[in-house]
This record gives sequence, structure tokens and C-alpha cells, in this order.
Amino acid sequence: MTTGVGPLVRFDRVVKRYGDHVVLDELDFTVRRGEHVTLIGPSGSGKTTILRLLMTLEKVSDGVIWVDGSPLSHVRAANGSLKPAGEKQLRESRKKIGMVFQQFNLFPNMKVLQNITEAPVSVLGMDRDEAESRARELLDLVGLAGKTDAHPSQLSGGQQQRVAIARALAMRPEILLLDEVTSALDPELVAGVLDLLSDIARSTDITMLCVTHEMNFARDVSEKVLMFDAGRVVESGTPEKIFSDPEHERTREFLAAVL
Amino acid sequence: MSDFFSTLLDELPQVRAGLWVTLQATVLGSLLALALSFALGLMAGSRLLLVRGLSRTVVEFFRGTSLYIQLFWLYYAMPPLTGYELTPLLCGVLAFGLNYGAYGSEVVRGAVNSVPRGQYEAALALNLAPARRLRKVILPQAWVQMIPSFTNLLIQLLKCTPLLWLISAADLMTVVQQVRDRTGETLTAYLTLLAAYFVLAYALTLLMNLLERNAKRRLGLETGPGSLFRTRGAAAAGGVR
Repeated sequence: MTTGVGPLVRFDRVVKRYGDHVVLDELDFTVRRGEHVTLIGPSGSGKTTILRLLMTLEKVSDGVIWVDGSPLSHVRAANGSLKPAGEKQLRESRKKIGMVFQQFNLFPNMKVLQNITEAPVSVLGMDRDEAESRARELLDLVGLAGKTDAHPSQLSGGQQQRVAIARALAMRPEILLLDEVTSALDPELVAGVLDLLSDIARSTDITMLCVTHEMNFARDVSEKVLMFDAGRVVESGTPEKIFSDPEHERTREFLAAVL
Repeated sequence: MSDFFSTLLDELPQVRAGLWVTLQATVLGSLLALALSFALGLMAGSRLLLVRGLSRTVVEFFRGTSLYIQLFWLYYAMPPLTGYELTPLLCGVLAFGLNYGAYGSEVVRGAVNSVPRGQYEAALALNLAPARRLRKVILPQAWVQMIPSFTNLLIQLLKCTPLLWLISAADLMTVVQQVRDRTGETLTAYLTLLAAYFVLAYALTLLMNLLERNAKRRLGLETGPGSLFRTRGAAAAGGVR
């Protein structure tokens, strides 16, 4: 509807409950187009849930998520009220969003190249040759040009995560969700993946939301840091502000524990 | 003993025909069972209660009623009831297919559920359509898990085919029985049958191992040279990798 005006992502009093357990409590926040936002906070504070809601892997219990002026997982009923969207509308919403997972989740039954081309061909209707040449460019970008015919099981964790990043980028998302993408990696492989993500952040206009425990990455790549606790944003600001002059006691405690 | 084998040789055309009936019943029965396994097993994962309930009912019915009785029912009770008379072989194929399809559906359901949730989520995040998620991501991975259990069911189905004797289909069992009756060589006759079914079962095992090796290769998993000749025990069939 309204493109380019206002925030790209807006959480409007979003609530997520599992039974009696409230994970997100009337959460409000916005992300501007092209912004790189890091979500930090203790485990169980609801950070990952935010990404999963945006990817429509979970449904909101209450409230509305707006993406580019349209409701993400709702449709307007005839009387103007919002009701939960069906699979067809959800597939429309997902077009703008890509996600990279902590456990990579490459498809083991497909070789590296097909992992990347499957969705562009079957979802975007891209010509196979075009999808393959684009996949090769992306593999080149992530430093795995020689691995097109490898099975995911033959790659290291770091290599698998690079392929997963290429696979997400192949769908040309406007928003890229990064869910603890280095947490499952061996320590010596972390830096390479983070460098790659920094490059992508610098060289593209993709909006990024990252859940991470890598505070250096949060500092170097993001323009905004959101500190979460118990399903709410405790504090938000530039990384300089959050890391060197946090206002909240809870933020100070958390940073003291992780830095 | 020589009496038995010389009679068996004289009756070679019948023996061949009997073997052919046994093979037909096994292959057609298991193809029907395979189709039903997937249909019922995937229905069991439906979001709709009606679809799940239908699958559950069919599975419980065919798993819970005896194969003998199903066979007799199809052969003896159906014709007076419906006016249709099925050939013994067709009765066998239907009964074996329905019965083992019910068991097989549990294999499919279990294997689909055993594919890590992250695979489904990654397919969803890439916006693959629901049918595509199933066909390109979930089933190829679940298939590897299904094969050991399917091997067990296939061999059990083969070993049920002598029941065809009861509804006078001229299967391998029936033909060898006839030779036994004529020669009186009970021991040799049943030894021959044991050996024959063992050879058939082992051939099916080899075939299924080949299938499993192929499926594993496509997932990039290592398969040792011994994997072809391994006969699988119950533990492997339970889905332990």
C-alpha cells in the first residue's frame, strides 16, 4: 500500500503467549528500511520469537505486525477489522522476508547448488539456467564457488551456514532475519561468517534483524540495538549508546555478564 | 526323496505358474500397500480432524481384523453380498494390500514426523508451496527412514501369500502341497517350501537394500560395501540410524 514511507516493520502491541506463559508482552517497535537492528538480551527474553513471528513460523496471539504498511499475518475483513490470514496471504507476505537459522537447515537431499536454486525456480518461477548462474554468483560471494556439487553433509558448519545465507539471498528478500546464526559453529568458524554478514550489510540495502550473542557484531554492523527482557524492550539505541552508556540496570547486568 | 523331485520336475509348468501367482500376489499386494501407506500416512498428518479420523478408522479396522478373515470375507462373503466374484489372486492382492497398507501408513507417518522440524521451517521460510515442501523436502528425507520398516513389511507380506492356498489360488504353496499329496514326501516338500520362501525373501531384502543405498547416497550419506547383504533386524526397522 504505502511503499517507502514510514517504517518497514512495525510491531503494534504484539503479544505471544504459549498457554499461560507470556513470551512477548504488548511489544512495540519499528525498523526503518535498510536498517540493521540487533536484538540482544538473556535467553528466553523473546528475541527469537520476534524473528519467528516475522517469518510466519508462529502466529501472534494478539496485536498486529505491519510490514511495508500491510499487515503481515492478518487480512482486512469486509467491515475493516483484521482477521488472521490464510496460507495464500501468508505466502504473499513471506515474499519480502528471508531467514537464516541457527542450525542452518540446509536440505540434505539436495546438493549445494539445488539448495539455492530450488526456491527461485519453484516459487519465483525463475528460469533454471538463470537461477543456476545466480546461485553460482552467490556461492562466489560467500566464498564457496567450488562447492556447487557437494552434499550439505560434506561441508563444515561454517560452510553450511554460508550456503544457507546464499540460499536466503537468492530469494532477494527485503528483510533478512538472522537467528543466532553463529551459535552452532565451532569458534574458529564464527569470524568468517560474521565478516560475510558485515559485507552483505555494507554492500546491499537489505534490512536486517539479527538475534546474536556476538556483541562485537552488534557493535560493528548494526545502527540500532534493542535490549530485551521478559518479552519487552528494556532499552534501545545506537550500539555506542547501549554498550558504553546503558541507561537501564538490566542492560548493565546483561552486558556485564556477556562482555 | 527322488520321487518328490522327479514329480516336481514333471509338474514344472504348474510349479512355474504357482511361483508366478506368489510373485504377482506379493508385488501387486505390496504396490497397493505402498500406495495406501502413503495415502493413509499423509492423511494422518492432516490439519483437518475429518481427514485424520478417516485415516485412523481405516488403519485401525484393517490392522485390527485378522488377515485370514479379510481374505475369507473377500472370497466367500463378498459374492453373495454384492454379486461380484473376485478371482482368488485379486482377493489376495486386496487383502494383503489393505492389511499391510494399514501397517505401512504408520511407517510413513512416523518417518514424516521424524524429519527435523527445522527442515519444514526452512522450506516455509523459502516460501515453498505446501505440496512442494512435502514432495521436495520432507518425503525424500522421510523415505530413507521408511525403507528398513518397509523391507520388514514386504517380507511379511511375502510370507503371508501361502494363505492363498486357503482360497484355492494356485500359488507356489498350493502346487508343492499337491506334489506332496501325490508322493507322500512331507519332509522334503516342506523343506523345499522353506528354502523357496527363504530365497524369495532374501532376494527382496537385497533389492530393498539396494533401494536404501541409493536413497542414502542421495542424502550424501556414506554406505559401506557390506550394506547390500545385510539382513535387517527389528532394531534397524525401528528407525535407528
